[in-house]
Amino acid sequence: MDQFLTFGIVGLSTAAIYAVIGSGLVLTYTTTGVFNFAHGAAGMLSAFMYWQLTVGWGWPVPVALVVVLLVLAPGFGLLVERFVLRPVQALGEAERLVMTVALLSGLIATARWIWDPNVARPLPMFFAARKPIHLGPAVITWHQAITMAVAVAVAIGLRILLYRTRAGAEMRAAVDDRALVGLTGADPVRAGRVSWILGTQLAAIGGILIAPTVTLDAAQLSLLIVSAYTAAVFGRLRSLPLTFLGAVVVGCMESYLTGYLPQNEYLPGLRLAAPAFLLFLALLVFPHRRLRGRERRLARVPVPTARGTLVFAAVVIAFGAVLASLLGEADLITYGAIFSLGVVALSYVPLAGYAGQVSLCQLSMAGIGAVVWGHLGAHGQLWALGAAILVSAAAGALVALPALRLSGVYLALGTAAFAVILDRWIFGIPAFHVFGLRIALFDQGSVDVSGPRLFGLRLDSGRELMVFAAVCLALASIGVAALRRSRFGRRLIALRDSEAAYATLGGNLLVAKVAVFALASGIAGLGGALYGMQQRTVTADQFSLIAGLPIFLVAVVGGLGAVGNGLFAGTAFVAPTNALIAIAPGTANLVALLPGLAGVGLGHNPDGIVSRFRRQWEPLARDRIALPILLCVLALAWALRFTDVINDWTYYGGSLVIAAALRAWASARQAEPAEPEIPVEWWGLRRAWRPEDEEVLARGVAAG
Amino acid sequence: MASLQVSGVTVSFGGNRALDGVALTAEAGRVTGLIGPNGAGKSTLFDVASGLRRPSSGQVRLDGRDVTRARPSARARHGLARTFQRLELFGRLSVRDNLLVAAELGPERRRADRIVTEILHRLELTDLADTSPDALPTGVGRLVEVGRALAIRPKVLLLDEPAAGQDVEETERFAELLRALTDDGTAVVLVEHDMSLVMAVCDEVYVLDLGKIIAVGPPEVIRSDETVLAAYLGDA
Ligand SMILES: Nc1ncnc2c1ncn2[C@@H]1O[C@H](COP(=O)(O)OP(=O)(O)O)[C@@H](O)[C@H]1O
Ligand SMILES: [Mg+2]
Repeated sequence: MDQFLTFGIVGLSTAAIYAVIGSGLVLTYTTTGVFNFAHGAAGMLSAFMYWQLTVGWGWPVPVALVVVLLVLAPGFGLLVERFVLRPVQALGEAERLVMTVALLSGLIATARWIWDPNVARPLPMFFAARKPIHLGPAVITWHQAITMAVAVAVAIGLRILLYRTRAGAEMRAAVDDRALVGLTGADPVRAGRVSWILGTQLAAIGGILIAPTVTLDAAQLSLLIVSAYTAAVFGRLRSLPLTFLGAVVVGCMESYLTGYLPQNEYLPGLRLAAPAFLLFLALLVFPHRRLRGRERRLARVPVPTARGTLVFAAVVIAFGAVLASLLGEADLITYGAIFSLGVVALSYVPLAGYAGQVSLCQLSMAGIGAVVWGHLGAHGQLWALGAAILVSAAAGALVALPALRLSGVYLALGTAAFAVILDRWIFGIPAFHVFGLRIALFDQGSVDVSGPRLFGLRLDSGRELMVFAAVCLALASIGVAALRRSRFGRRLIALRDSEAAYATLGGNLLVAKVAVFALASGIAGLGGALYGMQQRTVTADQFSLIAGLPIFLVAVVGGLGAVGNGLFAGTAFVAPTNALIAIAPGTANLVALLPGLAGVGLGHNPDGIVSRFRRQWEPLARDRIALPILLCVLALAWALRFTDVINDWTYYGGSLVIAAALRAWASARQAEPAEPEIPVEWWGLRRAWRPEDEEVLARGVAAG
Repeated sequence: MASLQVSGVTVSFGGNRALDGVALTAEAGRVTGLIGPNGAGKSTLFDVASGLRRPSSGQVRLDGRDVTRARPSARARHGLARTFQRLELFGRLSVRDNLLVAAELGPERRRADRIVTEILHRLELTDLADTSPDALPTGVGRLVEVGRALAIRPKVLLLDEPAAGQDVEETERFAELLRALTDDGTAVVLVEHDMSLVMAVCDEVYVLDLGKIIAVGPPEVIRSDETVLAAYLGDA
């Protein structure tokens, strides 16, 4: 009984923290419509700063609290509101989502950069020296008591703020109808700003309170937020009282699981994954308002031509072959990931690009592929690669079933929860038997992965594996391009553009969504298997939610609708970072920030870089003089490098410069003759509408 | 033989009854008009008929078959198609592909390409086949919606203000199209504000006001019905 009480108290004090953090989340979501994935990360950063001020620099606790809660947190909230979210406020939900995911990824990288993750940073509890309070049989530490008191104070404070003050009235107005707030004389921008300040402060309070009871680790603290998300989902992201109730459920469940979960080797991970489980369940059980309201602008999905696709595939393979011929063994492992992770990124094209399903668990699917290949393909049998793809696809279909009920933010949350469940629990389960079949995952450690056997040849060197991965990426890209031109591809795009129209024309949403999830997961599984081969041995960590976020971000920046995105995302994710590190080893941490920053830059180029790139380089590809010159020069440069006449930097730098120069020349040569005049009224009809037309029209109208 | 039969349909949004015991029958080879002031519940009735919204009570029958609990896709397979007042075009596909998706979901998917070409021609959209529907004026977008609905070869066609934004000549051509469709045996339900079009093509007209059918009859009777005039004048 005493034990039951003790765990109850632990549970309630944890719940208090979740409630505080969760209410901040609800506050910003309802007032601004932005679901802040980085909310927990803001709390994490606050906890680190608080540690720095108190333990690091020895400031008195009250001063540190004032500085963090009243200066740093509000300032941070304002910065985020102004520079990260306001630019994308007018864009679709997916873009807003990407921004906060980018922020999450960037904040974790920043914290790891400033505070070396390998150093332990214990943070004392509040009033740790005082004797605990005895209440009958129950024992409450001062820290726990304070935590609960803070939660009660926050509840009362929010109630007063929302119902007794002008700022609160404005925020509630913004909840009811964002478009109408302006008419009632309230100021939506100010309401948004207040909610970001408050939200960040609440996250900071939660972060500071929870940090002493867990380890101060950037990724872990940011993920504690999963529990707070669950609480917020209990409140359907709208109701503060229900959020508090949800927090109590989550907090107590975690605590009692710690106390009463039977001790065996399969279950400890379950406790870690429990909040994610609950989040998944809560998402499915609570009805959500359908996120209707059309997104203003969806990124284009170009139709690749057959010839263009083949040329692109040839370029991918040539690129792989060139790298393989020039790089040393260590570099081969590093840069081989361009192609294997490129395949993983490519899986986003049908899933998120065509069908609009934002999934955050694609790297987890890659992990499944890697594990299956690692175990079944130990002798390099090719059928095992097929099995790896199939098992990943099956897992993808499994995710799709619940995902059918979710869309937008909820789907992203659900798939994130799934990734956490895999990474914290499933991947760590020791091998077990089902119907006499031994099923092994990461075996609580690492799995050795070997290369495939092809036509009697064992591909095992980094060189061979890089070319193999490049060929796989080329084939997968051809496959996705064919998909875009196929009936199924059209259906996926249609389903995203209007589910209502697709369904009333006779389209089956269930079948299409399950199929696209399975397809994308299969592609990701292939990528994971290739990645595993290159790495030789893999651990569950390499396929966690946090590890997968930057890949997602880079893919979004590339443009989710473009088939070329696999190569782009793989290259952009792997090459610049490692090249920078090679030039200046001190930048390793700064470099981890890049994907996050790139995501934040997205607001300015929502169509993606790949299609812009394509437009810019097309003149060169079509030029009958410049193109052959380029190919000859590249071949010559390669030969010079291969025979060690020139060094790496001259080779890569020189090739880029020459290509850019030829591109400029080719586009100058092809500067198109003026096209026939088309009367203004027919713009957009006789010829495609162009973004610049609007401006021309506006100027014409202004001139009278 | 009744192709679409709706009876006793009631739908509430919160406390508001958007539809209150509505009954409507549309027969093959005829154009059934559905008119009424804005907010009367016409689009909501289409949502119920096409399966996008469950009524709290009432029945929907297609060709005599009870489809009240059937999914939208199942109703489409039984021959029901509709257009949307607020356009629901596939903005990232070309006009041709908008129709192609539909044709490939329809009963004659083998001939999908031919069907699409034929409909584009019929609606005089051939020149615009490769443009994005987002770039089109709304009036043309409505026509693309009609074409897309036709591509699944429907037996019952629900048109929600298809001629809004068309000029006199275009409306005349549209009336021709409707007559040609009914000659082929299609049952058409037409929601429309342009009274001259309604009077010209409809065989029977239902008048909906505040969620209730207040009058049914041939167009010339409806035109002079007192309650109908009152509903419209009261609205204006
Ligand atoms: N999704 C909805 N939520 C709440 N009320 C709705 C919704 N859709 C329609 N309504 C209400 O139902 C009534 C009928 O709307 P509608 O069917 O669109 O009318 P009509 O098409 O005849 O103009 C209106 O009062 C409208 O405000
Ligand atoms: Mg309507």
